[in-house]
Amino acid sequence: MSNSIPADSVGLVKPQVHHFDEPLTLRSGKVLPAFDLVMESYGELNANKSNAILICHALSGDHHAAGIHSVDDPKPGWWDACIGPGKAIDTNLFFVVSLNNLGGCAGSTGPTSINPQTKKHFGPDFPVVTVRDWAKSQLMLMGRLGIKKWAAVVGGSLGGMQVLRWAISYPDRLRHAICIAAAPKLSAQNIAFNEVARHSITSDPNFHEGRYLEQGTYPKQGLMLARMVGHITYLSDSAMRAKFGKTVTDFENEGTNFGRDLRSGNLSFGFNVDFQVESYLHYQGERFSENFDANTYLLMTKALDYFDPSVDFDGDLSKAFANSDCKFMLMSFSTDWRFPPERSREIVNDLLKAGRQVTYLEIEADAGHDAFLMPIPRYVNAFSKYLGRVHKEISAEQA
Amino acid sequence: MRPDLEIIAKWIKPGSRVLDLGCGDGSLLHYLKTSKEVLEIGLEIDGVNIERCIENGVNVIEQNLDQGLSNFQSSSFDTVLLAQTLQALSNPHELIDDMLRIAKNGIVTFPNFGNWKSRIYLASRGRMPVSKFMPHQWYNTPNIHFCTVKDFDALCAEKNIKVLARTVVDSQHQGNWAMKAWPNFLGEIAIYHITRGKPIE
Repeated sequence: MSNSIPADSVGLVKPQVHHFDEPLTLRSGKVLPAFDLVMESYGELNANKSNAILICHALSGDHHAAGIHSVDDPKPGWWDACIGPGKAIDTNLFFVVSLNNLGGCAGSTGPTSINPQTKKHFGPDFPVVTVRDWAKSQLMLMGRLGIKKWAAVVGGSLGGMQVLRWAISYPDRLRHAICIAAAPKLSAQNIAFNEVARHSITSDPNFHEGRYLEQGTYPKQGLMLARMVGHITYLSDSAMRAKFGKTVTDFENEGTNFGRDLRSGNLSFGFNVDFQVESYLHYQGERFSENFDANTYLLMTKALDYFDPSVDFDGDLSKAFANSDCKFMLMSFSTDWRFPPERSREIVNDLLKAGRQVTYLEIEADAGHDAFLMPIPRYVNAFSKYLGRVHKEISAEQA
Repeated sequence: MRPDLEIIAKWIKPGSRVLDLGCGDGSLLHYLKTSKEVLEIGLEIDGVNIERCIENGVNVIEQNLDQGLSNFQSSSFDTVLLAQTLQALSNPHELIDDMLRIAKNGIVTFPNFGNWKSRIYLASRGRMPVSKFMPHQWYNTPNIHFCTVKDFDALCAEKNIKVLARTVVDSQHQGNWAMKAWPNFLGEIAIYHITRGKPIE
């Protein structure tokens, strides 16, 4: 292994693809006759297969959660801050499974896959998948790996919603549900932002009603705009100030806006990019649009919008948790305005109402919704200690 | 085992549901969990304590008691504990009402300000008592609502709360016959086992 790989990295990792020939009936009633799931794993599965942790990804995530794909790869997996030897999700103790969800665009069956019936890309014909469908497919993957019970199912944001679904639908298949920066369902504001994102994609002239791949193109502008809007909701006001300003007083003294790009020293008085935050958003949008499929983005935002496990229980989420015997750990972040702490507290209160065992922490953090991806000391410590407790439990049972 | 904790443990039924308000590092709940197999939830606001609870394998929720307990259902626990936290609350009387709404039984422990040491300190020096046991100055103390055994008895009477048992111990958590005879004068820590009384006609 190269010297450039840090000691607390899982190092070089290789994705593996699992093919499933069993048909999967989706919540919509549609059936996927066969599908692939791509996954990575980190750490070693113990003899009685009791130390496995499932990682559920968020909106734009995939199976590549930790480590690197080649020594020249400058960018580790999306949750490398939390997964690795000695990290919060300690790969010295746990066998960590991370997959790309159905409908994704990183290797699992999704809109960019070839539809065996038409021999063309699924595109807009790929069925709408829900969080429930994902949990169902993850259960099939679990069976394939020979795991009976997850030590923990873990996820942030949309990933946290999958964790809740696991606890509701398959309570005897997990010991601990760790749900970070999530919500019991989306607010009207959340859905509104998603709709703006979807509208920007579908109104791009290159969208071609979702069949852009057949036309050899893609809705770059729409996808960029969708990501730019999304990105704003992931950051807090304070995180943006910190990122794009010198100090607050610097700007106040000059009587200008935050985010002013001081390098140029003057304003264009036109509609060019004058502010760092503008160029940052353009860069983020641009990079994202080159790596992410527009139809997948539409699907993922719909999965978010449709998430509400209380629908089967007269709108009472506490009833949904009636059989959820697993233990719960929730965390939220003070400046997260996408899924603020109040939303996590709603879940906590419904868990308490259902008589469940819950641990809940509210972490002071400037980073907004994105905080769950960052190595914030209090967050990482609590996370690590909680998983230490989980490991103690499985070790005690083994002894 | 600290004698006061042992006294409290005696009042807890095995396998019951216990809510600890201001659970600190979770050591009491850990003890009850291991010795009585209770189903436990602790509430705490101090970050260091919360981490210790997690290490102790105790379920803990970050929640400020001064914002009330409206998120807890009535009669959802068997016992609610309030150990050495009463004096730090903004509205201790309201929290006690809430305790006995959430569980039939409550256990309250607090430093007894009627203890002779406090009385002598105040009488002789004319200043608010400071000791190893209560080390803060009046201006920076988290303990904003000190009371005496007599005060707490009066509150229980006023609220029609039934006192099932009352014990006092010293700062080493030991009790003796003299403390039993003169609890408000000799006791340093008061330990109450309370329950809902009959509603006043």
